[in-house]
Amino acid sequence: MALPKYTEPHYRIWHYFYLFVCGCVFFFLIAPLFVIFPLSFNAEEFLVFTDGMKRLDPDAFSTRWYKDMVYGTKNPWGLAAKNSFIIAIFATIGSIILGTLAALGLSSRHMPYKGLIMAILISPMIVPLIISGVAIFFFMAKAGLAATHLGIILAHIILGTPFVVITVTATLSGFDHSITRAASSLGSNPFNTFMKITLPLILPGVISGGLFAFVTSFDEVVVVLFLAGLDNTTIPVQMWTGLREQLSPTILAVATCLIVLSILILLTAELLRRRSERLRGINR
Amino acid sequence: MSSEQKILSTDGIPLEESLKQAEKKNKIKAFLLVTPLLLFLIITYIIPIADMFSRSIDDKMVTNMLPKTYKAMEQWDGKELPSEEVFKAFYLDYKILVENKTAGKLQTQLNYEKNGFKSVLKKLARKQKKFEEGNYKEQIMKVHKRWRNVDYWRAIKRRAPSYTYSKYLKGVDMYSNEEGKIIQVAENRRIHRILWSRTLEVAFFVTFFCFLMAYPIAHLLATLPMKYSNLLMICVLLPFWTSLLVRTASWMILLQQQGLVNDFFVWIGLVTNDNRPEMMYNKTGTYVAMTQILLPFMVLPLYSVMKTISPSLMRAGKSLGATPGVAFFKIYFPLTIPGIGAGCLLVFILAIGYYITPALVGGASGTLISNQIAYHMKSTLDWSFASAMGLMLLTGVLVIYWIYNKLVGVDNIKLG
Repeated sequence: MALPKYTEPHYRIWHYFYLFVCGCVFFFLIAPLFVIFPLSFNAEEFLVFTDGMKRLDPDAFSTRWYKDMVYGTKNPWGLAAKNSFIIAIFATIGSIILGTLAALGLSSRHMPYKGLIMAILISPMIVPLIISGVAIFFFMAKAGLAATHLGIILAHIILGTPFVVITVTATLSGFDHSITRAASSLGSNPFNTFMKITLPLILPGVISGGLFAFVTSFDEVVVVLFLAGLDNTTIPVQMWTGLREQLSPTILAVATCLIVLSILILLTAELLRRRSERLRGINR
Repeated sequence: MSSEQKILSTDGIPLEESLKQAEKKNKIKAFLLVTPLLLFLIITYIIPIADMFSRSIDDKMVTNMLPKTYKAMEQWDGKELPSEEVFKAFYLDYKILVENKTAGKLQTQLNYEKNGFKSVLKKLARKQKKFEEGNYKEQIMKVHKRWRNVDYWRAIKRRAPSYTYSKYLKGVDMYSNEEGKIIQVAENRRIHRILWSRTLEVAFFVTFFCFLMAYPIAHLLATLPMKYSNLLMICVLLPFWTSLLVRTASWMILLQQQGLVNDFFVWIGLVTNDNRPEMMYNKTGTYVAMTQILLPFMVLPLYSVMKTISPSLMRAGKSLGATPGVAFFKIYFPLTIPGIGAGCLLVFILAIGYYITPALVGGASGTLISNQIAYHMKSTLDWSFASAMGLMLLTGVLVIYWIYNKLVGVDNIKLG
């Protein structure tokens, strides 16, 4: 944003001050993430920048914590990663199916009690997680699903569906319903119409809702802490216990992997958003 | 064609009726699509939350442990010592409990009602094996002189109802005393009120700090040309997508005594190397970490509102003689109020229920009400108290959400 030539000096100063403040806030937002990165390659067991690291001495850096993460004895990360992925993938599939169906119904203009139903469907997003955790724990304990994968998957479906409902409803808001009617009038059955016409058009919304559901499940710790037994430990639970007991560099290695994963998810989400806007003809 | 004749559709049914049928069919179709998720959520989520309420007021435990006693007590007016009948019933009930080894629960529960009840009951458990039949009143009163004190019998009587609101009173540091009056607990034991006010305080200030930081950057993102703003948007979205625990971990590293923030303070000479301030395990840590973690939730709604404000409005204001400051406060700022409302309430609701970050960086003086709920769920196992506090928190959140809905509308929630 270049300033016009006629700008008076004190506005100029004000403008640079504003840019400086913005710079500080962006730094505050993003910098903490990048502290983890170099420290995870620390050769020492301390969580501070050693003198060797400050001098960029190659001996001060090592990948031993990554090796420890993968091969370390008694290390729970392998099991935790496996559980995390299994739970997140099934929770995402469940959220997508239930959420998309509900969004299709909700965006029909014939839907009765729309406001009330929408409020119920997105309530897991509004209710503080700790309360959701307590309520879901009571249910799962009664149903005999505490400390099972199925219980955690169901819990994450509860938490993940609101995102799918919201994103898919948003995609459907610009949806031209006459094309599905056209398909029906040309002899397509409802299922075919959905698969061939509706789904491809709302797919970006479905996938980005699915991404939200995946991240929610993958990152969720409050509910899992109530539900998980020793066999159902997930990455966030392991990080939580690790951070409570002792901050070890292995955790930083795991954290670095998670940051890389989130960069990948961010890129996917961003690409999808652009594609969706293009499809819906929104040019901003 | 007479005017009474109705218009018929092709299959001979009056058009009005045919339309109604089609409408009804569409309604059912739409509803059927929503049904699976709706049923799933009602069964696994809504009913359990409602169940928390019955759990929080449930007080059947003592009632069920002393069935005969409460039956006998129905006649007792509570003014003087109860009759032999009550003593006998209590002896019989208590004997069963001691034999089943569940007397400990009763002792704990009654001790909540009247301090010192536990030891009296324990003594009775030992002595009652030698009791002879008949005249239980005398025998029980001989075991401990407190059995002559009518207050202890009143304490038992108070637990007769199957339902109680005492957990809610406990949540705000009050209790109902022997006469049934609601009074506050001693001043040095009012922990919950401190937690409630601290939770509100932290949520309020975190929201405020988030607003102060998010407003300029959302403005910058909305006014910069697309190619720069897309790049900067990543700075907002990357933390948004990154695991909460990763971000908390990075703050734990930064804020520790030998951490980079302290290094920086020493370097610029703000503090000396020997007395580096403690920035973690207190409120400072909670504030800093929560502000950074919740900041994207403020930036995104602000950004989406600011994006729709046409820059020509500000130019028009300036061309009519307003200084940039006046133009900003009279034109730009009022237009962003929907975004401010959305962002603030979103951050406030999230902050008020925060659990993980305060537990890790908050220490003892930075814990919030959610930590207390989790503590009672996992450590003391006082689930009814945890439920009561959870519902109190939920009520607060629903009130805020209701305001949010009135001001902004639920449909305006935007994600990224």
